[in-house]
Amino acid sequence: MALLEIAGLEAEVEGKPILRGIDLAVPLGEVHAIMGPNGSGKSTLAYVLAGREGLRVTAGTVRFEGQDLLAMEPEARAAAGLFLAFQYPVELPGVGNANFLRTALNAVRRARSEPEVDALRFLKEARSALKRLSMADEMLRRNVNVGFSGGEKKRNEVFQMALLKPRLAILDETDSGLDIDALKIVAAGVNALRGPGFSALVITHYQRLLDHIVPDRVHVLTEGRIVRSGGPELAVSLEESGYAGLAAEAAAA
Amino acid sequence: MSAALKETEQGFSARYRGLAARLPGAAEARRRAAALFGARGLPDTREEAWRFTSLRALAGTVFSRVEEPSEATLRLLARAPESDAPLIVFADGRMRADLSRLPRESEAEGGPRGGPGGERGVRVTSFAAEPSFERVGEGEPLVALNTMLAEDGANITVPADVDGGTLVLLHLGSGEAGQPPAFHPRHRVRLAAGARLALFEIALGEGAYLHNPLMEARLAEGAWLLHLRLLEESPDAFHLGSLHVALGARSRYEGFALVRGARLARSEVHAAIEGEGAQFFLNAAQMLGGEQLADITTVVRHEAPGASSRQTIRNVLTGRAHGVFQGRIEVARVAQKTDGYQMNQALLLSEGAQVSSKPELEIFADDVKCSHGATVGALDADQLFYLRSRGVPEKEARAMLVRAFLGGMLDAVPHEWGRSVLEGAVDSWWKGRPA
Repeated sequence: MALLEIAGLEAEVEGKPILRGIDLAVPLGEVHAIMGPNGSGKSTLAYVLAGREGLRVTAGTVRFEGQDLLAMEPEARAAAGLFLAFQYPVELPGVGNANFLRTALNAVRRARSEPEVDALRFLKEARSALKRLSMADEMLRRNVNVGFSGGEKKRNEVFQMALLKPRLAILDETDSGLDIDALKIVAAGVNALRGPGFSALVITHYQRLLDHIVPDRVHVLTEGRIVRSGGPELAVSLEESGYAGLAAEAAAA
Repeated sequence: MSAALKETEQGFSARYRGLAARLPGAAEARRRAAALFGARGLPDTREEAWRFTSLRALAGTVFSRVEEPSEATLRLLARAPESDAPLIVFADGRMRADLSRLPRESEAEGGPRGGPGGERGVRVTSFAAEPSFERVGEGEPLVALNTMLAEDGANITVPADVDGGTLVLLHLGSGEAGQPPAFHPRHRVRLAAGARLALFEIALGEGAYLHNPLMEARLAEGAWLLHLRLLEESPDAFHLGSLHVALGARSRYEGFALVRGARLARSEVHAAIEGEGAQFFLNAAQMLGGEQLADITTVVRHEAPGASSRQTIRNVLTGRAHGVFQGRIEVARVAQKTDGYQMNQALLLSEGAQVSSKPELEIFADDVKCSHGATVGALDADQLFYLRSRGVPEKEARAMLVRAFLGGMLDAVPHEWGRSVLEGAVDSWWKGRPA
């Protein structure tokens, strides 16, 4: 049984169908990439998996470790080990990053019947994670994402991921707006988690992130359907031929 | 004016007539107040200053008077936040020296002299022992009511250049719905030149009653009053309170009020800036649910140049609660270089909640900076989802965002113990409240 199993998933936003029947399985320990042009439904898929309101699932099922993911509240999905790195991380004025992270960590630990971490141990863990991500301790004292540059916001997502240690990370265009150095840091953060107990769904428009996070499988999403799946070489050929050819190919099929 | 409200007013007037011979202090002031109240009665919503806040809920109730505080009231003492600071306890409107920890130089009728803690020269006496009236209630119906019926209160004096430390003024009240009691304590605060005091006023209650306190404060040159207030009256109680503060040159009034309610709470703050370069700061938060109404009405009169006033009110409203802020800034011709600011912000957590804002600026000087603003919003769905996606349960996520909305205001309270009590009150607001 795969960690994540999506079958026949259809979803609409404001009455408009966006996902039109997605079948996808991500086995434990594997990193899968989802590539596709703008408007293909990549972010919608990420939000459906994380449980955002305003998206209506009209058909299909999603199982996460065998559980019915779509029936779970967003916080229960997080507790079960799902993490979404947002394409546009949200600013929380008045909420300190340290307080936010410790609240999140302890909420997740409570839900997993693990003991909560005290402020001291939290700080120790947070500082060592920051160090691994080449981020300054000062990050902890700032309000969540407030006044962060685009790159800092994305790194803050990866920092949260490092602390929450998910079973499945969904990275929604985490590479957008990053310079090459930041991209490498983000990729290193993801790669550090890779192992037999960790899976990831890396959503991206471009191939360059996949040079640094080498996926086990690549899926191409166009118009709400997965039209092609393959190994990492598929990302490379896409970069050369573009999505247009693929879409035509899919339409002909 | 409804007949039922008339009945309530007549109840107060009859109470005055019955008590007049025994009330402490200048009989003439009482008579004038009674005449003012008799002529004008309780305000109604046709008056501009009361257009959002109707006292209809008081109609038909004839409030009673209590001689001795009830057991229920005394039990509330256990709910008061703990501290070692000097403490003045009022139970059902009467000062209880035996339950208080008065500063050493204090005297209160019937109580022991002094106590631990306040050896810094703060003097506390009771209004019953040293009555005085600075104002009787001309054009101020709540003040007239208080002047007519006040029987007790705290007189707090800090001598020149003395740091009076922290003083807690606790009011406990309770009553039964059938014939709820009314309390009209009258407090006076005098800070001499250069004196300082951190006064933390806390009102707790249970059941039905009316709390109609008046505080007259006077800050001499360079004095500094930090005035924290936590209003946690019973959800069935009425709170009709007024603060009148006069600011001397370069003095500073710094107020923070957290209103968690009463069924109906009206908190008036009247500041008279009489001395050059004085500073008046008021931050207030109203957290209301159910059918609660809370109204903060301020009048800041700049009568001297170079002074500043800043008022920020934040409302967190759920259920069918109604938050009101009316803020009036008057700048006299002489008050050049005045810097006045007021802001009313509301977070509406339900469809039925509402907020009313009414800023009024009346400026006669030509070189001033005065501004006002208001914002209304709901909790941000994206922020809520972001927190939940990190595992924070919905109710906790909402509480975090509300806390963030009030956060800056709480962080600015320059008193560690006071801040922690207020933070605790903000956080516990959620207990037992449906998300």
